[in-house]
Amino acid sequence: MSGDRLSTRFAACAAQGRAALVTFVTAGDPDLATSAEILAALPGAGADVIEIGMPFTDPMADGPAIQRGNLRSLAAGTTLRKVLAMVTAFRETDNATPIVLMGYFNPLLAFGPERFAAAAKAAGIDGCIVVDLPPEEAGELAPALAAHGLHLVRLATPTTDAHRLPTVLNGASGFLYYVAVAGVTGANSAAATDVAEAVARLKASTSLPIAVGFGVRTPEQAAAIATHADAVVVGSAIVDAIGAAAEERANDIPARVAAQVAALAQAVRTARQEKAA
Amino acid sequence: MNAETSLRAGPDANGHFGEFGGRYVAETLMPLILELEQAYTDAKADPAFHAELEDLLKHYVGRPSPLYFAERLTDELGGAKIYLKRDELNHTGAHKINNCIGQILLARRMGKTRIIAETGAGQHGVATATVAARFGLPCTIFMGARDIERQAPNVFRMKLLGAEVRAVESGSKTLKDAMNEALRDWVTNVHDTFYIIGTAAGPHPYPELVRDFQTVIGKEARAQILEREGRLPDLLVASIGGGSNAIGLFHPFLDDKDVRIVGIEASGKGLTTHEHAASLAGGRAGVLHGNKTMLLQDEDGQITEAHSISAGLDYPGIGPEHAWLHAIGRVEYQSATDTEALEGFQLLCRTEGIIPALEPAHAIAAVARIAPTMGKDQIIIANLCGRGDKDIFTVAAALGVTM
Repeated sequence: MSGDRLSTRFAACAAQGRAALVTFVTAGDPDLATSAEILAALPGAGADVIEIGMPFTDPMADGPAIQRGNLRSLAAGTTLRKVLAMVTAFRETDNATPIVLMGYFNPLLAFGPERFAAAAKAAGIDGCIVVDLPPEEAGELAPALAAHGLHLVRLATPTTDAHRLPTVLNGASGFLYYVAVAGVTGANSAAATDVAEAVARLKASTSLPIAVGFGVRTPEQAAAIATHADAVVVGSAIVDAIGAAAEERANDIPARVAAQVAALAQAVRTARQEKAA
Repeated sequence: MNAETSLRAGPDANGHFGEFGGRYVAETLMPLILELEQAYTDAKADPAFHAELEDLLKHYVGRPSPLYFAERLTDELGGAKIYLKRDELNHTGAHKINNCIGQILLARRMGKTRIIAETGAGQHGVATATVAARFGLPCTIFMGARDIERQAPNVFRMKLLGAEVRAVESGSKTLKDAMNEALRDWVTNVHDTFYIIGTAAGPHPYPELVRDFQTVIGKEARAQILEREGRLPDLLVASIGGGSNAIGLFHPFLDDKDVRIVGIEASGKGLTTHEHAASLAGGRAGVLHGNKTMLLQDEDGQITEAHSISAGLDYPGIGPEHAWLHAIGRVEYQSATDTEALEGFQLLCRTEGIIPALEPAHAIAAVARIAPTMGKDQIIIANLCGRGDKDIFTVAAALGVTM
């Protein structure tokens, strides 16, 4: 699938000798209008790839920050259909930044895998990460996504041993998401040396870009990961900031998120130069 | 009956019962789930495992539980002969211990040193805390904050038994949220922790192994009724939340096509309201907590809250084998409301001197409905899966009694 937005963007970052910054926000958090403004501000702030969380009532792989983001979003009336409409609107001004939807299988199943794949493609989505859909159960969604040229991004974790890894990589596309710590989103951070080892191990088995997430909160942590990985994913720290701003009824949430993302982007973009210097 | 045509052969190699079941978990958990499956396969083939399990069931749990002919209930209803499978007489007062004993033996085989579990009414939490104490393993129980409020006696029991009870404040603060939180803990502590799931649901192999540990109920009942009556029963009845007591009774009879089998869901304030817990009658196929099954959900696939007067049935899903047995029509699923369950509760107190838990009170309500339509020479076995001591405050409140 060369020539698609994801491979183009990863190649461009690699050509610049740097890691990509992947930012995660929950769609519709704290409400759809604000969320659309946040989305529009992310590329300019330095997000290379955008992950959009599809809210679910029971986000069992997420920590407190993203759980609360999901609840804020659902309380504001977010549905999958509205998430797709938000991406359609985003694409009117940005046709280059890759967008990956991340969430749980049940809302996709309820929407209908084939209908979802067609609608997602039409909206300008590039791929999906479905947290509770391991390779063994992917048969209900993967063919529909593939038929519409959408990536189904696979996850590797600290528990993915040499025996398990081939199963994870078989059919993987887009990039490989390395979950740096065994746990939920927003948990403790992995040691940079562990991440370096894991990335090296994965790279020996796949040519896909490796994105590292879970527990990456600060520019310093992002920079440490960015010296080893092809991409760094930051999620809970941004969702936490959105939650705090929503709590104080701030009217400049998109600007605050943009400032936070700019600091992360700066750290990610200069990480390897600093390391070399 | 050979394995190909037997209804007892499931699940398939990937943990599916027809379209239901499976392993819908985060990748971090997949190696663990596969390891558990292997450990269980090994245990099943090990006579020493079965010997230890049987010894504990006999001397610690108090099995076999009696199959009791409920003579006055039978007379009162004026139809079929009613037998009660007395699993409420088990140690800790419910069927939950059958499964907990089996799972903690598996945990020990796997070298796990910490136990976690979810609980709704607290029965599974008490049973888990009990076996954890028995084997000297630290134990954390996840319980919805709302359930903690309405099940104070069981919370205290768990603490007495040495368990840490962690209040779950997320979502609807009930059983489904407790299960989310237990899964979050498990994924964070995969190296040393064994998750004792309380019902025949969750990712494969849990629905299979919980069922297997609970089929002691049906195997005993089958032998007991053959000894007492010289024939199989005409009808089996059991209440269903996740459905572990029901599948435990039903499974050994699934291939006996002359035995009618009825599972009773909790219809709360009524199936026409949104306040019920009947995921077969009012739900659609979906994925939650590691398995595909019938779920209460809205049109966007968001899980909706269940309601039942019985905290143990207050869950928006059901075990995947029940979803399959429903789809193929082998088991008939009916429901009983809060009001009917309260009537069943009082009926059994009055006629038999047995205070049932609110969960099997739903089964008693169904027996009261069905028995009079059957002949006096016909036989019903109802599963009395728990005793009602824990529910007296709830019942008193529902009946308008101040204690």
